[in-house]
Amino acid sequence: MYTQALNQKDVAPAAGPAEDPERLARFEARVAAEDKIEPNDWMPAAYRRTLTRQISQHAHSEIVGMLPEGNWITRAPSLRRKAALLAKVQDEGGHGLYLYAAAETLGTSREELVDQLLSGKAKYSSIFNYPTLTWADIGAIGWLVDGAAIMNQIPLCRTSYGPYARAMVRICKEESFHQRQGYEIMLTLARGTEAQKAMAQDALDRWWWPSLMMFGPPDAESAHTDQSMRWKIKRFTNDALRQQFVDATVPQGHFLQLSFPDPELRYDEEAGHWRYGAIDWEEFRQVLAGNGPCNRERLEARRRAHAEGAWVREAALAHAAKRRARRAAERQAAE
Amino acid sequence: MSETPMPIWEVFVRARAGLAHRHAGSVHAADAEMALQAARDTYTRRGEGLSLWVVPSAAITASDPADRDSLFEPTADKIYRHPTFYEVPDDVGHM
Ligand SMILES: [Fe+2]
Ligand SMILES: [Fe+2]
Repeated sequence: MYTQALNQKDVAPAAGPAEDPERLARFEARVAAEDKIEPNDWMPAAYRRTLTRQISQHAHSEIVGMLPEGNWITRAPSLRRKAALLAKVQDEGGHGLYLYAAAETLGTSREELVDQLLSGKAKYSSIFNYPTLTWADIGAIGWLVDGAAIMNQIPLCRTSYGPYARAMVRICKEESFHQRQGYEIMLTLARGTEAQKAMAQDALDRWWWPSLMMFGPPDAESAHTDQSMRWKIKRFTNDALRQQFVDATVPQGHFLQLSFPDPELRYDEEAGHWRYGAIDWEEFRQVLAGNGPCNRERLEARRRAHAEGAWVREAALAHAAKRRARRAAERQAAE
Repeated sequence: MSETPMPIWEVFVRARAGLAHRHAGSVHAADAEMALQAARDTYTRRGEGLSLWVVPSAAITASDPADRDSLFEPTADKIYRHPTFYEVPDDVGHM
């Protein structure tokens, strides 16, 4: 998911002191009782580290996620679509900012967080390393990628860390428009000419598996699920969320009269679930390791934007300092 | 990173006339005007507010969570501060 970081192992700094067992017990009792943890509250170092990694990865995903869709803003097929896409991409930027603000309350500065992304130290969701080749990809992203994000984000509205939970509430309110505009694009194409329908099918073929990978590796391989569940940083397992997504999405695809690129997809009457075929986890590992189709391009774009904006940030700070100095001088003269 | 950190501002939004401003999150900006601009773009894209406050984060003094009990606990046993503590016969009617 946007929070695939949870599947990385948490590595404590070598000389990390052991937590005071009494404080730790009190903390765990609070979390178990659904009490929220707020920025100045005591928390175990591993909780702070894991959350910082998770929230910042989530933020980076929102920011990098603007790139594949931004690719189509100038080529949207109508003004209506263009206005919607522009608003959606702006929302994603906003989501990144809410989340950076939440991560900063844990004590890591914005500059450091951005630096971790640009240096390649921090990860972002694997899904944004795939290219948007046709307009139908914009439909598929809204429908599938935002749809998968919603599945993951709704339970995070109840996560134990207050600022993260509040950011997620705000984000979830905005996501539903994202998914609906994507599905509307798919619906329009699916009901269009043969060429449009083929375009929609091609987009579904390419985005389906990467969307399932967004939920992260299968539970059996997921490194830190237990602790994250106990700390209510994660509320459902990867496989549970993935199944929920498949169950919700397959009927929507059938409504479009499109087919899923999975010959093993079938409805399990007894369990009431759609069963899907094996996911290519090697592809997932490759994309996370930096070898996806667009990893290099995405990071390049972020680095360029950051470097090209440096003079603006410097000028704004210099301007603010000059005005502060002028005001101070005026005050002195008046005294 | 050698870059100068951009100051942080806490953002408060008044959703409607008649409501108090409520904390929404924070933004980074060089000065108050830019903080207001950033707050508008970040926190009010869908009519969430009619008024914004931005306050330098460093200007906020917060109570220490460790003092929570000594600060707030004493009010828990002062039930005589609540109307239900007082007995008024039903015949008196609503009061
Ligand atoms: Fe988002
Ligand atoms: Fe979205």
